[in-house]
Amino acid sequence: MEVSDTIAFIWAVLIAVAVLAYVLLDGFDLGIGILFAVETEAEDRDVMVNSIAPVWDGNETWLVLGGGGLFAVFPLAYATIMPAMYPTIIGMLLALVFRGVGFEFRFRARSRRGRYWWDMAFFGGSLVAALCQGLTLGGLLQGIKVYGRHYTGGWWDWLTPFSVLCAVAVVCAYALQGAAWLVWRTEGVLQARVRRHARVLLFAMLAGIVAVSAWTPFLNEGFMIRWFSFPNIVLVSPVPALVLIIALMFWRDLHGSRDYAPFLWVQALFVLCYAGLGISIYPYMVPPSLTIWDVASPRDSQLFLLVGAAVLIPMILCYTAFAYWTFRGKVRAGDHYH
Amino acid sequence: MQIGDPAVFLARLQFAFTVGFHIVLPAFSIGLASYLMVLEALWLRTKRQVYLDVFQYWLKVFAISFAMGVVSGLVMSYEFGTNWGQFADKAGPVVGPLMGYEVLTAFFLEAGFLGVMLFGLNRVGPRLHFLATCLVAVGTLISAFWILSVNSWMQTPSGYTVAPNGEFLPDSWFHVIFNPSFPYRFAHMVLASYLSVAFVVGAVGAWHLLQDRQNQAARLMFSMAMWMATIVAPVQLVAGDQHGLNTLEHQPAKIAALEGDWHSEPGQPLILFGWPNMQQERTDYEISIPHLGALILTHTWNGSIKGLAEFPPEERPYSPLVFFAFRIMVGIGFLMAALGLTSLYYRVRGRLYDTRWLQRVMTFMLPAGFIALLCGWVVTEVGRQPYTVYGLLRTDDSHSPIGLPGIATSLAAFAIVYLIVFGSGFTFMARLIMRPPSVGESGPPKGVPVRTAGITPLPSLDDGVADPTHPQPAE
Repeated sequence: MEVSDTIAFIWAVLIAVAVLAYVLLDGFDLGIGILFAVETEAEDRDVMVNSIAPVWDGNETWLVLGGGGLFAVFPLAYATIMPAMYPTIIGMLLALVFRGVGFEFRFRARSRRGRYWWDMAFFGGSLVAALCQGLTLGGLLQGIKVYGRHYTGGWWDWLTPFSVLCAVAVVCAYALQGAAWLVWRTEGVLQARVRRHARVLLFAMLAGIVAVSAWTPFLNEGFMIRWFSFPNIVLVSPVPALVLIIALMFWRDLHGSRDYAPFLWVQALFVLCYAGLGISIYPYMVPPSLTIWDVASPRDSQLFLLVGAAVLIPMILCYTAFAYWTFRGKVRAGDHYH
Repeated sequence: MQIGDPAVFLARLQFAFTVGFHIVLPAFSIGLASYLMVLEALWLRTKRQVYLDVFQYWLKVFAISFAMGVVSGLVMSYEFGTNWGQFADKAGPVVGPLMGYEVLTAFFLEAGFLGVMLFGLNRVGPRLHFLATCLVAVGTLISAFWILSVNSWMQTPSGYTVAPNGEFLPDSWFHVIFNPSFPYRFAHMVLASYLSVAFVVGAVGAWHLLQDRQNQAARLMFSMAMWMATIVAPVQLVAGDQHGLNTLEHQPAKIAALEGDWHSEPGQPLILFGWPNMQQERTDYEISIPHLGALILTHTWNGSIKGLAEFPPEERPYSPLVFFAFRIMVGIGFLMAALGLTSLYYRVRGRLYDTRWLQRVMTFMLPAGFIALLCGWVVTEVGRQPYTVYGLLRTDDSHSPIGLPGIATSLAAFAIVYLIVFGSGFTFMARLIMRPPSVGESGPPKGVPVRTAGITPLPSLDDGVADPTHPQPAE
């Protein structure tokens, strides 16, 4: 590999990690919003929101890094994926607007009705954002039509049964993340209830994983070869086995005394699924036609930002950890001042 | 107005709408974060309650504006791809990394410490909390640095080469970042943010002084704001003048359009008012002062500038819009400076808090800074047309392959959502600033309780830090 190709590969890994960080961190924020559907008591909702209020903004910033980073180092991917996924991206952004202001506004609304509507905005924003992210994932996996340097597909290409399946799976998975986070950060009746939600959601997420995994190889011959040809099948077969093992660990710890453990297992499940997606897609950035190297910006652009990223990302991880550490521990009802 | 391709026009309208809403919020955050930093520093130094009260008062407003800034900024970071795909593809190698640096150096910093700043005073203690406030404030300035560098590069590109496929390639990052208009634009924008916030704070202080002349927090706000007006508004006039001269050098068509000058003539007059007529290539109903334009723009008596008619029609920005936006901006700038000097006069005479008419005028000045700021952006962005990258990449060659129905639908969706969300947000902020600041002002809603059953027993930490705020229970 030439130096510029290596740099592009490193950037592909970094962008993938940024998106993974987003999914791991904002996924449970969105999950908490989605759980508003079944948690309707005002006091419980306050606790749920307060458990993430100090950190959600940093979590969402990984999405900005994913988008901004794509623009910076893979501009052609940015310029083709965004128009191809136009409705789902715009839908996600608008949903995140409602979700983001919901944090502040629901505490600021004076009337019960105002409060109700901003709770709905927080819930709806979280749900629609998750759906749109799932649709985008599905749309990307099934492929984007590109000719030359432009998206040439239609307006509704992204909407297929497969992308809808992905959307549902993502919603269930985020909700499970949210429930696991709340098992860790809450106590008492609310905690007991979210444990029950987590049980149901685990099966929903596993069903989603199985369905998406079974469907993906049929989307594209490349995916089929990647997973089922010899010797690949030997190399990749530990992935599904690990999913099963982690699901069992989750189940065990969900009923144990280590409240933080289920959350970590869910995150591990996400990492595995993400790795699976990576195995399917690599080396494409815009499947089925553009690889990482087709869409990479020139070496100077990539190198310039890489130098900064190498220094800054470890710093970001440190102070993000500091923020989480500052606000650690169980969140209790009635301890906030409005 | 030149509408051209309706899909491109609507895409432009969408960008103008979303960035117009957005820019107000970071500008507010830049100014307010610095103000909060100063207040907290003064509180730590003097231990006077009033500084903490004013800090807490504005912190609540900051929380709302920051949340709105984050979500509207997220939209911007994806809109380059959704609506301006060709621009993203061609200019991405140059401006993309700058925006990447903005995310890495500014957004994470702000977001990482915002939680501590809003909710963490009781948890981390005053000193660490002050550090968090400083880092958020510095983050807002770093963010301004990068994004204004990007914008300035689009205005006055330098340090690049153009590849055969039309891609811009970086040649010298130093010249890309510190392109010719960047220092001027950066100074002008940061000063504008400071002034806009000063006039918001001054207006709120004035409003509460009119209700209660003895309110110490209101007196502090008013006094600090008027100091800013006295000192910063004249500085801003100078900065604006310098920025204008820089624009004349690099974007003469923009200057001709904002002056309403169609033809070059010795001793260029300054047109005060009129109506630039794009078809007839003249400014109708003009009222002008001979030689003044030459004096301002060339600093000579008989100087002249290139008129708009001397540029080919397809190279001209739409003059009426920049012409009026420029006049509103400059008018507000002079008004601000005049108010600043007036307040100095009364301050010297010891009557700052007793001059009711000044306070009444100040209450009306609340949105003035933001109106001027938006007008300034209209001048610079509309004045850059018909290009996205000035002189190199035309707006008509920058858009994504999205059809008219798509753009129209998303524009409508943005309009509806923004009006609901930002309408509500501004209402919440208005409610907060209508309430007089009180002694022992509480902070923003506490996100997390002080006592916890965390892994480390936290009470041991809390013991060392006396709760300095004594948050008042429920409002």
